Amino acid sequence: MTKYTEDHEWLDLDGDIVTVGITEHAAEQLGDIVFIELPEVGDVVASGAEVVTIESVKAASDIAAPLDGEIVEINAKIVETPGLVNEDPSGEGWFFKVKIEDVGALAEFMDEDEYKAMID
Amino acid sequence: MSEHDEMDGQGDASGEALARTPLTALHESLGARMAPFAGWLMPVQYPSGILREHAAAREGAALFDVSHMCQVILRPRSGKLEDAALALERIAPISVAGLAPDRQRYGLFTAPNGGILDDFMVANRGDHLFLVVNAARRDHDLAHLRAHLSDDCEIEALTDRALIALQGPRAEAAASALGASVASMKFMDVAETALAGVPCLVSRSGYTGEDGFEISIPADRAEGVAEALLEQAGVAPSGLGARDSLRLEAGLCLYGSDIDETTTPAEAGLGWAIQKIRRTGGAREGGFPGAARILAELENGPSRLRIGLRPEGRAPMRPPTAIFDSEDAAEPVGQVVSGAFGPTLGGPMAMAYAPTALAAPGTRLFGEVRGKRLPALVADLPFVPHRYKR
Repeated sequence: MTKYTEDHEWLDLDGDIVTVGITEHAAEQLGDIVFIELPEVGDVVASGAEVVTIESVKAASDIAAPLDGEIVEINAKIVETPGLVNEDPSGEGWFFKVKIEDVGALAEFMDEDEYKAMID
Repeated sequence: MSEHDEMDGQGDASGEALARTPLTALHESLGARMAPFAGWLMPVQYPSGILREHAAAREGAALFDVSHMCQVILRPRSGKLEDAALALERIAPISVAGLAPDRQRYGLFTAPNGGILDDFMVANRGDHLFLVVNAARRDHDLAHLRAHLSDDCEIEALTDRALIALQGPRAEAAASALGASVASMKFMDVAETALAGVPCLVSRSGYTGEDGFEISIPADRAEGVAEALLEQAGVAPSGLGARDSLRLEAGLCLYGSDIDETTTPAEAGLGWAIQKIRRTGGAREGGFPGAARILAELENGPSRLRIGLRPEGRAPMRPPTAIFDSEDAAEPVGQVVSGAFGPTLGGPMAMAYAPTALAAPGTRLFGEVRGKRLPALVADLPFVPHRYKR
């Protein structure tokens, strides 16, 4: 099940682990990404906290943690090769995995149709 | 996702309609992302993206629309060009009278405090001077010229001409395919010549550090010339995003960021733009606003300097990143004025002002980025060597 936030993140739930990335629309808006700073595995994050910094050729942006939880995995490949996020934002360009307590909290986010309606 | 620092956000909030250049329709047909810049609707990037556009200027040729810049003619009322040249020298610390016909040079308007009011290009066109000034300073500069030069010159801002820049190692081949004579021009030469049958004013110059041309074209013929250039091998349309990363790699100043009324020519490292004849002991010494401070600083050195910085990590240091001389110093010694990722450099780069004692290449300084002091070495400018055709 993939959900979307108003901040153009996608959330992919598997058990109690949510994989987080940014949407193709967001990657396109940002332009070529040249630097990414990720949180550390083991960080306990609160919903809304800025956990990722992205620098594109034109701007700096933050990614907020969409949910309360603990960071259990990060995608070190995008730190080495930030352009992966532009090439494959919904696949190889994922950012981090967060283990969440409250799986029900995902219900508040948009599904694909609702997200598409928002960006149109 | 929240953006803090958008380079294309320099639009005016006055609510006035944005000006369109003679090439706006072409940009839109090429799928450009358009944004406000100094009151104009300008292309920031095309679908291929800023990195590819940047690479086009370094490896092929990049075509920029710079029609937002203001083209100005100064015509001497006496009919003698020298009178216009000497009039301009009253507000600019450069040798205009020493500029040979069909040659162009870089200039500055200075303020009584020694600061910089704008930077510009001036060409000797035989019976008149041709200037190009920054879009954001258009109104200021025209008022300034009228206030100081009206007795000696007719001042005409051209509104019926486009200006494009073709930059990169393939620029000569592309431009000369449309008008063979441009191939024999050298850096800073200016010539009236036909490109694709259209009479153009061409200078061999630019804002990327590469060889290339800046081409003034009658507005109603500009789209045809631009399209003919885009048909040449290796030419890519490029926007303001790539223009900014290219000029920063080339160590070139952006007015309003790196130079302004609070920076002097010596501090900005622009002493080379002030010819000997206007300096202390020269035949036309001084006689421009701020001369006392500007000439003294050229003799004795300024207390601070514009420096290049190479951050050691990958994080760009964007303006106004504070610069410190140690990891725990309480007070900053300066701040970043331009900073971005350098695609050709393959890493972040910045320009900053720092005390002269800390300005030697190799000096280790620290920029505070998101609360962390990150190391950066003072670097020689330009970051990427110039490749002008001299």
